[in-house]
Amino acid sequence: MIYFDNSATTQALPEVLDTYQQVSEKIWGNPSSLHNFGEQAFNLLEQSRKQIADLVGVHQDEIFFTSGGTEGDNWVLKGTAIEKRQYGKHLITTAVEHPAVHNSMEQLKNLGFDVTYLPVDKEGRISVDDLKNAIRDDTILVSVMAVNNEIGTIQPIKEVGELLKNYPKIHFHIDAVQGIGKGIQDQIFNDRVDFVTFSGHKFHAPRGIGFMYKRRGRKIAPLMDGGGQEKGLRSGTENLPAIAGMAKALRLLFEKEPQAIKTEREIKQRIIDHISKFDKIVLFSKNDSGFAPHILCFAIKGVRGETIVHAFEKYGIYISTTSACSSKKHIPSSTLGAMKIPESLSTSAVRISLGDQNTLEEADKFIETFDKLYDEFDKLG
Amino acid sequence: MKYTEIMVRYGELSTKGKNRKDFVSQLGKNTRAVLKGFPEVVVKAQRDRMHVALNGADDLKVIAKLKGVFGIENFYPSIKLEKNMDVIKKTALEMVQQQFKSGKTFKINTRRQDKSFQYHTDQINNMLGDFILENVPGISVDVKNPDIAVRVEIRQNGAFLSSELIHGAGGLPVGTGGRATMMLSGGIDSPVATYMAMKRGVRIDMIHFYSPPYTSEQALAKAKQLTSVLAGYSGSIQFIQVPFTKIQETIKEKVPEGYLMTIQRRMMLRLAAKITTDRHCTGVFTGEALGQVASQTLESMMAINDVTNLPVLRPLVSMDKTEIIKIAEKIGTYDLSILPYEDCCTIFTPPSPKTKPNLEKSRKFEKYIDVDGLMKNALENIKITNIKPDENFLNSQQDVFAELL
Repeated sequence: MIYFDNSATTQALPEVLDTYQQVSEKIWGNPSSLHNFGEQAFNLLEQSRKQIADLVGVHQDEIFFTSGGTEGDNWVLKGTAIEKRQYGKHLITTAVEHPAVHNSMEQLKNLGFDVTYLPVDKEGRISVDDLKNAIRDDTILVSVMAVNNEIGTIQPIKEVGELLKNYPKIHFHIDAVQGIGKGIQDQIFNDRVDFVTFSGHKFHAPRGIGFMYKRRGRKIAPLMDGGGQEKGLRSGTENLPAIAGMAKALRLLFEKEPQAIKTEREIKQRIIDHISKFDKIVLFSKNDSGFAPHILCFAIKGVRGETIVHAFEKYGIYISTTSACSSKKHIPSSTLGAMKIPESLSTSAVRISLGDQNTLEEADKFIETFDKLYDEFDKLG
Repeated sequence: MKYTEIMVRYGELSTKGKNRKDFVSQLGKNTRAVLKGFPEVVVKAQRDRMHVALNGADDLKVIAKLKGVFGIENFYPSIKLEKNMDVIKKTALEMVQQQFKSGKTFKINTRRQDKSFQYHTDQINNMLGDFILENVPGISVDVKNPDIAVRVEIRQNGAFLSSELIHGAGGLPVGTGGRATMMLSGGIDSPVATYMAMKRGVRIDMIHFYSPPYTSEQALAKAKQLTSVLAGYSGSIQFIQVPFTKIQETIKEKVPEGYLMTIQRRMMLRLAAKITTDRHCTGVFTGEALGQVASQTLESMMAINDVTNLPVLRPLVSMDKTEIIKIAEKIGTYDLSILPYEDCCTIFTPPSPKTKPNLEKSRKFEKYIDVDGLMKNALENIKITNIKPDENFLNSQQDVFAELL
């Protein structure tokens, strides 16, 4: 099997599952319990938090555990809206966000908030000038993704941070679900960002776990009320086996990061060099520093994305139509739509997303398969 | 741009006349102790200022450490350059650009010790000023109240550039103010009081009463952890744990309920005073703040203070709880202090302790117990541990966990 769908999810690593199992078997006390069995769980929880904080270079009390990227995004948007509604009702985001952000914004819109969606250029990137013009006195939140999940564009988050230094009251959120371990850590943790959300299963941790960075001093309303876990901001008994597993997965991710990025870039380049020679291919992603190393989006004119996915799948190669979340609903890609790509073309788009387990041999295998399939597709068109 | 050295200025120290030499050498010693993890750093404590050469050490980490050292008023991280105007210009520009936002003003402040340098002070000021005006659009000069002040010092051994003035912890170097004990419970107040005592140069020995099985191992570990945090400001601290169970049980059995708390406190202070004189310390610090709880009224203080002639020092006496919490957060003890373990002060508290205990009655009720025997027994069983900064007591399984993570 060749798995080129790492932006959808990744395989939980055996080392991570080992931690998961050991914690489930041995340290299963409730971190909130007073007795020393609970205390042990509490200590492991905090040590995991510290490890994650140290790895990303922030304070331990700035890390909050969530159930994943979707919860994190919902929390930052709605939590900010609730917390800051008396100061303003204007929210800004981009036209190419993940549905977790986009649909939360739509929900807030129905509740009376005002949302501005920033347009993108033909590479799927917003302009900081547009953002500057969109900011109003009643703007309370700017939410920009680090890396687009469909075509891999890196948004100018550092420059957004620079701009927002002039607007210290606005909450600045970065959805970094696709951006972790991709060599842009310094852009994500720029010195202005207030909230960053992450999902564990995108970097070999188990499902159902994620974390959020919240800058010290920034306030956010909880969405989960209850027993007061996570400093009263996210109640619910902590998912300790997954949290410890995620702390380990993050450490391993960073250990492999430099080599993984290099290999991903090489694989991507090799595939681009090959497929761009064909007439019916339209590339949406590039392989320069404006794009994440792991995502390559392209279309084969006249062939539906689903057809391409299923064709590759017969050869044991797994790719996807733009994003896993929308692919089964037959919704055309929202990112490509925002880039003003006509629907006739965007329905033909597919996405390759690489991970640290992929190899150059797999790239060659893919190319070989591509050649076979292209001839068949050619007959179709 | 990475800083290469740090110029440290003393505060009150400079006014201490004859003792100055001792103060300076103590501060040098304390600074070296705090920077032990950076073997490449060289600290030279001179009469009027201290010079910290980084020799490649991480500037941000060293700066963070220096901020906690008492006796330092403020410091300038600076960059040592060769005495070449082109190099100086380039670095000065970088410094300004790093801090510049539109509308900000700047000033160049040159001192030339090395009179053989080819340009004099005004020329250097003008050359650098012009260069920055040319290269930073939108900046202007303000010599009275600049947003960015670049200091240039031309000395025999090089040119030194700095522009950031960082405030230190102030106070006096720990060790110059004598030695005293501190009664540490584990709450919010006593660590803050310890910090304030240290700030006035006092070296602290920590006294902690524990009452197993009424108080847990965790409560003891928490007190030790707090001590380790405080050791970050003073160097290692002797932690003296005093068993208190027997005394508390006896008092509970023999003394009328309204005076339980008063007599307990009298016994604690009596023990603390004995330990203090035995260890050649000269005072007892506590975290009491006037009116906070029953034992902290003036009447209570008189009834309790009755047992010793030693100075009992209460740095928090007139502070509000919110002010105390603010300091606790700043010095990193708050999160530990609020961990929910019972300490010896919170168990055996009567439902309505006397807020205005009577001194005579306190003395009378105390006769119901064998003060000397109980004291002797407790003192024979004290345990002393040397606690260093950055030790870990609360999570004894840290290493085991490290394998999981």
